[in-house]
Amino acid sequence: MKATPLIGLEVHVELETKSKMFCGCPADHFGKEPNTQTCPVCLGLPGALPVPNEKAIESCMKIGLALNCHINTLSKFDRKQYFYPDLAKGYQISQYDEPFCSDGFVLLDSGKRIGIERVHMEEDTGKLQHVVLEGKKVSLVDYNRSGVPLVEIVSRPDLSSSTEAKEYLKKVHEIIRAIDVSSADMEKGQMRLEPTVNVCLENESGIHYTPLAEIKNINSFNFASQAIDFEVKRQTEEFENTGVEKSATNKTTRGYDSIKKTTFLQRTKEEAKDYRYFPEPDIPPFIIENELIEKLKGGLPQLPDQVIASLTDLGIDPKYAKIIYGSDEALVIINKYKNDKEIDIGKLASLLANKKIDVSSNIKEEYQKATQKGNTNLNELRDVVEKIVADNPNIVAEYKKGKTNVAGFFVGQAMKETKGQADPQTLNQIISDLLNQQ
Amino acid sequence: MKQLHELTIKEVLDGYQNKDFTCVDLVKHFLARIEKYNSKLNIYIALNEKVLEEAAAIDKEIIEKGITRPLQGIPFAIKDNFLTKGIVTTASSNILKDYQPQYESTVIEKIKAAGAIILGKTNMDSFAHGSSTETSDFGATLNPWNIDKLPGGSSGGSAAAIAAQLATVALGSETAGSIRQPAAWCGVTGLKPTYGRASRYGIVAMGSSLDSPGPIGRSVEDCAIVTEIISGKDSKDATTSPSLVEKYTENLYAPDLRGVRIGIVKEYLLAEMREDVKNLILDAANKLRLLGATVEEVSMMDPRFAIGVYTVIQRSEVSSNLARYDGIRFGHDRDTFCDETKRRIMLGTYTLSAGYYDAFYKKAQAVRTKIVNEFDEIFKTYDAVIGAVSPGPALSVGASKNQPMFGEMEDVLVEPSSIAGLTSVGLPCGFVDNLPIGLQVTSNQLKEGTAIKIADCFQRHTEFQLFPDLEKTV
Amino acid sequence: MHTITVTPDEVKKIGKLANLKLQSDEVTLFAEQFTKTIEVVNHLNEIDTEKVDVTYQVNGLSNVTRADEIDMGRVLPQETALREAKKTHNGFFVVERLIDSDAEELI
Repeated sequence: MKATPLIGLEVHVELETKSKMFCGCPADHFGKEPNTQTCPVCLGLPGALPVPNEKAIESCMKIGLALNCHINTLSKFDRKQYFYPDLAKGYQISQYDEPFCSDGFVLLDSGKRIGIERVHMEEDTGKLQHVVLEGKKVSLVDYNRSGVPLVEIVSRPDLSSSTEAKEYLKKVHEIIRAIDVSSADMEKGQMRLEPTVNVCLENESGIHYTPLAEIKNINSFNFASQAIDFEVKRQTEEFENTGVEKSATNKTTRGYDSIKKTTFLQRTKEEAKDYRYFPEPDIPPFIIENELIEKLKGGLPQLPDQVIASLTDLGIDPKYAKIIYGSDEALVIINKYKNDKEIDIGKLASLLANKKIDVSSNIKEEYQKATQKGNTNLNELRDVVEKIVADNPNIVAEYKKGKTNVAGFFVGQAMKETKGQADPQTLNQIISDLLNQQ
Repeated sequence: MKQLHELTIKEVLDGYQNKDFTCVDLVKHFLARIEKYNSKLNIYIALNEKVLEEAAAIDKEIIEKGITRPLQGIPFAIKDNFLTKGIVTTASSNILKDYQPQYESTVIEKIKAAGAIILGKTNMDSFAHGSSTETSDFGATLNPWNIDKLPGGSSGGSAAAIAAQLATVALGSETAGSIRQPAAWCGVTGLKPTYGRASRYGIVAMGSSLDSPGPIGRSVEDCAIVTEIISGKDSKDATTSPSLVEKYTENLYAPDLRGVRIGIVKEYLLAEMREDVKNLILDAANKLRLLGATVEEVSMMDPRFAIGVYTVIQRSEVSSNLARYDGIRFGHDRDTFCDETKRRIMLGTYTLSAGYYDAFYKKAQAVRTKIVNEFDEIFKTYDAVIGAVSPGPALSVGASKNQPMFGEMEDVLVEPSSIAGLTSVGLPCGFVDNLPIGLQVTSNQLKEGTAIKIADCFQRHTEFQLFPDLEKTV
Repeated sequence: MHTITVTPDEVKKIGKLANLKLQSDEVTLFAEQFTKTIEVVNHLNEIDTEKVDVTYQVNGLSNVTRADEIDMGRVLPQETALREAKKTHNGFFVVERLIDSDAEELI
């Protein structure tokens, strides 16, 4: 039986704006005292109204542009309705059928295109903590995070392996950081991942699809990869046992146990969620002009893949190019010397990548030191060495007794004599030949 | 000589200026009347405990600087869906029965900045769900003209406060009829501004795409003064209009209506409407003609279609707006909703649910476009359209019970204009069965000035703006 | 134009979606009342709206946003934010945990 995993990824990115999505509360909520950064709007008090954050919307569109999306001319916010204590208004303001961005892609290194369905804007919920208080099971709610801007990036199920998924996530992560809309710090929950997995199985009876499983609560790329692997295996086995295929109503939600490295069913009853989406009446719709799109496009910095491509274009080995891209310092150095005729940029890149250069001193000197062959004139060098050997019979005697490391003394002296110009390799050879002849 | 409770805004300000009385005098006068009549009429459900303090502060200000603000020391009755800091805000629902707002509505901030004083919060249909004030969790308000009758709703308390002369002016809100209809049933004047003219920030939300806060008062003039002050773009409400607020008071005192074109909507003269009510409307049309206006019959979509549109849109928005009342951050839990509210939440949830959204909500919003377009066409030719506010006079207490669509049916004549976000003045135009009948003067969006000019001119040349003698009726 | 009858089962489902607890007599009553209401609403289908756009915003506004600035004037002090709640603990709002609720999420 041939099994092809079909993996889609939903990534939520917390934007680093100053204020929240629909109100002026500070958006930076990490580590703050509970419920100290709320207002009538994000606390869902009676009569409060949302007003959207201009910068957040622009950041969402920048992400869309960086992911090669089309920016829609018409878009709007919609209410997504469900009840949960961390959702103050009883609905989340999100985007349903007219998101800001749609139809983009990410290119993997292999050249494979991973489709991006949409990139849209929504608001975060508050935070729940499950504790026992006075013997009762309760949840503690903090709304500091309620209303913080979130961008949701939804891929098409074009990923076929956990490796591809990991690569996709890394690229998206780099892009987000490159365009400076969020630090996307996974530990702070600024980038959250939700893979949706099913498997396409081909056997004698034809092609079958296993039911979809959405996996929540994954906070690292490695966990995502492990969860996907486990899930693919589990679904394949389950199909072999039950033959149950994907339907409109059997999508499940699963959690991931990072210790056992397994996924587990999270909801006991699975009914298709009815979010009763309808257009947000408190926020007028958006008509996006080309001018704005061009301005945002123009303001985008070079994206990671573009930078790496420009490095390889210079003749730098791709594996070094990636490492150079990861260091601001190294990038600056490469850019400075890329047109310098005395420097082989490929070699410089390899030296930088392998940390063979002291970046705090003069780069050109360091480069030359590392690449020069030095004086290899055998006759000159032999004369120098012979003199030193003749002048130091006791050290020669030590060498003959077996202390071969004293050869270093002769190297040091010879280097002193030649003012550092001698080629170390040639010198070593001459010294050991001569000493062995004694 | 007029008694203190009979004074208009201008007359109060003049009185302060001439030192005929102080703000404390006026407030004490109203408090005494409230003490006497409120328990019977159930108009106010909460009084401002600091009102005398605030009145004294106003008096001090007036002594030191004279009259410097347009609503200085004017006592207001506020519908209880406006969040007021320091005064409980309940929306006449048990779910909020002890809610002390942590912030204040923009409109309240504006009238306070203009010097207004709040006497108290008035009764309303619970969460504004109704056209009778009977769905209130705190008992119905009674009509000051006849205590066997309802005052209308949902701003019934505010309209009754003016009819009973328990405040100089009042604030209400209209989703579809909630200012104009109680004003009509109580025989007072109400102004529904254009949707988005005044901020909804800090008003318990009902129908987000429809709610319009506005004044109810003794005259078109008082309503115009207040409308000027409460209007304007609010950075905290994305649906407010950026249009400059005109000086509506400049449209008052027009000597005649020459050059004004008015349409009288044929379809608003419903087949089942009483002849005497119809005649009052036709008389009003004639009066407007005598004042120089051209009044012609116009034909519009049967207003009954608006019932479907309004029911679906309003209940859908209500079901969503009331989701935040979960008892976690404020208020009591959802079991505390009254029946009418539960019913509306349920129907709204139904019309938005998967499988029905296209058939109901989307369809309603499409018919809405047709209604909007139709008004646009009419207003190319006419400055205003007129008709009755309500199919008949105030109904009896108990009329709304067990009527699942009471409100929407009663408001049939005002729903089209509300759905289109238009502005409209409702004012008295006569009596049947000793009960007042209201006329609506409806103009296009942002044309408050036009509606005010027509209504004010009509009011100055007629004598329908009367007030009941509470000694006789209560 | 087809007639829609709202059944008590549907009413129960709606009650759950709306997070309202309904008594059985309420369920039956609502089913009747909704059916009547839907009849009235169904008249909308008499109007042809094929070539008509849906109205989302009746006063024609679009592109309304605010600058990304912190508005400390509106931020509530912790005690004010918590003041109207029935139950709080150490700065948090407290909610009973419903173990067998559909919405239960494990953290």
